[in-house]
Amino acid sequence: MRLLNYTSKYVAILLLPLITGWAILFYFAMLDEIYDSLDDGLENQKFLLVQRIDNDTTILKQNDSKFEKHTYNFTPISKSSYLGFKESYRDTLMYMLNEKDFEPVRVYESAIAYGDDHYKLKIITSMVEEDDLVEDMVLYLFCLYLLLVFSILFMNNLLLRKIWQPFYDLITQLRVFRIEDDASLCIPNSNIEEFNLLNTTVDKLIRKSTESYAAQKEFIENASHELQTPLAISINKLELFLESNDLRENQLEDLSTIMDSLGKLTRLNKSLLLLSKIENKQFGKEETIDLTKLTLDIAADFKDLAAHKKMKINVGSGAVLKHTINIDLAIILLTNLIKNALVHGKREEQVQIEIKTGSWEIRNFSLSQELDRSSLFTRFKRSSNHKNSTGLGLSISKAI
Amino acid sequence: MKILIIEDVPEMLINMKNSLEREHYIVEAASDFETAGDKISIYDYDCILLDIGLPDGNGLELLKKLKSEGKNDGVIIVSAKDSLDDRLAGLDLGADDYLPKPFHMAELHARVKAVLRRRNFDGSTVVEIGNIIINPENRTVKIADEEITLNRKEYDILMYLTINKTRLVTKTALAEHVWGDHIDQTDSFDFIYSQIKNLRKKLKKSTINLEAVYGVGYKLDVG
Repeated sequence: MRLLNYTSKYVAILLLPLITGWAILFYFAMLDEIYDSLDDGLENQKFLLVQRIDNDTTILKQNDSKFEKHTYNFTPISKSSYLGFKESYRDTLMYMLNEKDFEPVRVYESAIAYGDDHYKLKIITSMVEEDDLVEDMVLYLFCLYLLLVFSILFMNNLLLRKIWQPFYDLITQLRVFRIEDDASLCIPNSNIEEFNLLNTTVDKLIRKSTESYAAQKEFIENASHELQTPLAISINKLELFLESNDLRENQLEDLSTIMDSLGKLTRLNKSLLLLSKIENKQFGKEETIDLTKLTLDIAADFKDLAAHKKMKINVGSGAVLKHTINIDLAIILLTNLIKNALVHGKREEQVQIEIKTGSWEIRNFSLSQELDRSSLFTRFKRSSNHKNSTGLGLSISKAI
Repeated sequence: MKILIIEDVPEMLINMKNSLEREHYIVEAASDFETAGDKISIYDYDCILLDIGLPDGNGLELLKKLKSEGKNDGVIIVSAKDSLDDRLAGLDLGADDYLPKPFHMAELHARVKAVLRRRNFDGSTVVEIGNIIINPENRTVKIADEEITLNRKEYDILMYLTINKTRLVTKTALAEHVWGDHIDQTDSFDFIYSQIKNLRKKLKKSTINLEAVYGVGYKLDVG
């Protein structure tokens, strides 16, 4: 989950109880206020009625206990009752014609004295329908909740995206960064301290890695170059020695062992140089190469070796495969793969090359078990103890 | 034939000098930029072996100087740096060949011979050995005036051994020359043997013999 959505999720979760709690509090506060103003209104009506009695005493006698004509009614009571009477407001239900249902009404009971008579006064007024109110409130608050969540999400997206922009910039660059490419990062400047810290740290780390990578590469290259001349001297001296002396068979054997070892050293050195050259991108000019034709040519070059091991190279080319690559590198790559298949393959078996549009595949029969995929391209990782194997062939292939 | 070796490493120089002198070339040597510069302006050589990694100057400058003086000496660049740029720069400047170190002496001879032949300093277009005549131009071989058919590899082996007729050619040198550099990582050079065997059959009527030297390589025996 992205950081952005992560915070939004928590905000949304937190908002739900917050708004619910707020709604309950708000509902009761509002209800309290409504009751308060209803009760004030009822009390005011009582005063108005008392004033009307002076002009029209008939209202005292109307006997409308079901409140069918008026919203008030007077009932005579005894003096003792009048004295002990306590004003009250309460809720009750009454049948409403328009709603055809029982609806809550507020009833105000009070007692008045008119001359010597005492009356109990009841005034009613229609009340807020609580169930409707709750329903409405839930609906409105739910809308508010959604509105809030969406606006927060939107704001977050907008804001956080802007804030985290330098971070994403950095990540995008790091994702495609390859130390072999010798490219530096373009580190963005941010006015957020944490990002600046991250940027400078990453920058420092990469600079250091690149430096040591370059130093290592240079070292290998220099070491390989420096080895060429001593190797040449040794090999040539031995060759001169072989020519100029009548040597015994066992001496020849010893010398040939030394020659072989020097030969191996030379190959190793050449391979290392080749590897650093590829990594240094010292192979320029690329052109479109017909890999099918090249494969056939190289396979033909290996005919003698294959025949010697009683192996056969089959090239199945159903499609024309063309690729833009440096010709020398293409030759090295295909040579390496085909040679590997032959050298490490089982005698009297076949090496199968399949060329399709977009793929080049080679298969052989192994002498032992399946190769370890994880270390296949690691330098100096050898699957067998071939005395002439440098352990660099597949590293070179991978570099190409 | 006069050959100049420009090489700063003394041991390397001695090896090359010894080997070339056995072929009866007149070999001169220069081990620094200045001496080399003087020699190439004063004398003419048939072939110059030029190490471009001299401590006091770039060998390519010597090549430029040579060409600017209008000299036609054959030049083989010898370098410890098998670099594509140097190779291209050298060939662009008019070098005949580029030989990366380390190399086999047999290979050096083959390259020198090829340069000399190309420049026709030998005076003849064919190579004679025993009763065999090889024509490098159209790659034909005749035994006592009778043409024989050799495949590409058989021809290359014969030519290589012929050029190096006085010396022992190691299997490695032969394989690298005939089959190319890439062949050198195969587990053994035994596959050479089948080609040699075929070649021997075809050369039955000749006066030369391809002699195997135990475990090391081959030598041409002119009977």
